[in-house]
Amino acid sequence: MSIPVSPTDRPATIQLVDVVKVYRMGDVLVNALRGVSLAVAEGEFIAIMGASGSGKSTLMNIIGCLDLPTSGDYLLDGIDVRRLNDNQLAAIRNRKIGFVFQSFNLIPRSTAIHNVEMPLIYAGVSHQRRQRAMAALDAVGLVERAKHQPSELSGGQQQRVAIARALVTEPAILLADEPTGNLDSESSIEIMRLLVELNEDGRTVVLITHENDIAAFAKRVVRLKDGLVLEDHYQEQRVEVSA
Amino acid sequence: MKVVEALALAISGISANRLRSALTMLGILIGVAAVILLVAVGNGASVQVQSQIQALGANIIYVYPSTQRVGGVAQGFGGGQTLSQADVDALNDKSQAPDIVTAIPIAQSFGNIVYQAQNWQAPVTGSTQDFPSVRNYDISAGSMFTDQDNGSDAKVAVIGQTVVDNLFGGDPNAAVGQSIKINRQTFRVGGVFASKGTGAGANQDNIVVVPINTAWAYLSGGRGKNIAQINIQASSSDTVTAAQNEATQVLLNRHNISDPTQADFTTQSQQDIQNTFGQITGILTLLLGSIAAISLVVGGIGIMNIMLVTVTERTREIGIRKAIGARRSDILLQFLIESMFLSGFGGLFGIAVGAGVSTYLGTIASRISSTFPPPVVSIPSVLLAFGVSVGIGLFFGIYPANRAAVLKPIEALRYE
Repeated sequence: MSIPVSPTDRPATIQLVDVVKVYRMGDVLVNALRGVSLAVAEGEFIAIMGASGSGKSTLMNIIGCLDLPTSGDYLLDGIDVRRLNDNQLAAIRNRKIGFVFQSFNLIPRSTAIHNVEMPLIYAGVSHQRRQRAMAALDAVGLVERAKHQPSELSGGQQQRVAIARALVTEPAILLADEPTGNLDSESSIEIMRLLVELNEDGRTVVLITHENDIAAFAKRVVRLKDGLVLEDHYQEQRVEVSA
Repeated sequence: MKVVEALALAISGISANRLRSALTMLGILIGVAAVILLVAVGNGASVQVQSQIQALGANIIYVYPSTQRVGGVAQGFGGGQTLSQADVDALNDKSQAPDIVTAIPIAQSFGNIVYQAQNWQAPVTGSTQDFPSVRNYDISAGSMFTDQDNGSDAKVAVIGQTVVDNLFGGDPNAAVGQSIKINRQTFRVGGVFASKGTGAGANQDNIVVVPINTAWAYLSGGRGKNIAQINIQASSSDTVTAAQNEATQVLLNRHNISDPTQADFTTQSQQDIQNTFGQITGILTLLLGSIAAISLVVGGIGIMNIMLVTVTERTREIGIRKAIGARRSDILLQFLIESMFLSGFGGLFGIAVGAGVSTYLGTIASRISSTFPPPVVSIPSVLLAFGVSVGIGLFFGIYPANRAAVLKPIEALRYE
């Protein structure tokens, strides 16, 4: 078993330096992250693992620019996100990050193609918007379902639409939060293979999961415990699918 | 995000809850329709009053004797007998008053009119042969008495349609030439005035006109040659003010009064009367419109209510949109347009309903009551109502839309 080595010559897409996140829950201060440092290079496929309460959701929120660190630095594609205002953060989420959620989070009563178009609408893209959205749907193999609403699609198909939506703005990273959590094992493997393919095409994928056989698809695994990095190692990527 | 896209989002949001959207629009619809209808009713009343005043005579100026001062003590209004036939003659003098076409004296008394076994009460007016032209009456049968009749104190009367209805069974031709008694004096009916209907709150057809000299001789009850008012017709609507000034000057000169504030007469043009009534009907319209506007505000609160529900329901969707790059302003715009769309379309339907009901009421107005004014829909009230309804959508939409816009994405995404 050969363990791949980090391609250190490539620029870091995500750079977290001693990130601390404290938030208030009622009267209690919760130390969700207690100093996490992490660098993810372009083209990596990294799984962030941990039990519930380990801080992995908080880390995802910070990586996804949905939340800001209490202290420490976060550079995304070289941009210090702590200096950004609300609108700039919205723009970063729009252009640099593609979200894939556990519960798909498609907009109900909107067709698949319209869901995929949505980030482009917020990006102010009008030129060839439909074509770009179609191309993204094509990349996940769902062109023939473009006019269907989420309620008319299976879970796996909904998640693929969500991946197409995440891809459409050509983001620097794909951030998948338990993407297979609501799927059966067959659909889960389908989705993971899709993520592997996208990673092979050069996209940086950050996967958040608590399942070992899902994390096995990643090249690198970071384990969190109590808001600290417990373990960070590269592994042999699982490619073959055992049904 | 462009407005077109926000509009598309708003439409899909509205069509997702058709019944709820329709009911919300109904609130605005009723408010706008009520404003338009009630303002139309007020306008209708105004138009009716103005046309009735117009019917009293075109470009007319009234001169009344006013407060007479005796040793510095003001006497009661109209108590004076300061107007005379010589005043009327002077006003008819073109060299002194070029803008006055005709001035006629009016002597008023009240008569008990008897024909055979029938009797009827009517005001009796003494005047001259120019009375119909100044006061806008037509003759439907017979003829007006003449200056000769006036010069010879002839006992001839021209009567209104209401008198004919009550004494002659409504046929004007049957009345002409008949003898009637006015306060026990026998008069011949010389002619009948064509009906003018009710005007300015009084029945214009309950009238008996006799030559003024005859009235002084037989009907004044010993009060002498009293003139209750002089009616002046100006040459055109543009010369009413000039004619009014000329009349004032002529009468001041004749009465040897140098200070106009001490004048022993009052002039009032038709315009003055129209202005007075215009103010009254204007207040009426404003009052009706304000009452209706309350329902518009209630409709607006309905919109706010439903938008708050919508924002809460769609919290998760807002979170998704923010996660994929929507800015605050995008979310704000989406919900603002949605509420303005609701109120704007409610307003458009309200205009249709308000204008429709007003028009329908106009066509059946005469069947409701002879005095019900046909509503007149005014274009400014329509535009204002539409503008206000869109504005209400904006005003009542801001709070819910802002609540949506400031939602934190992680909290919104977690919302179940």
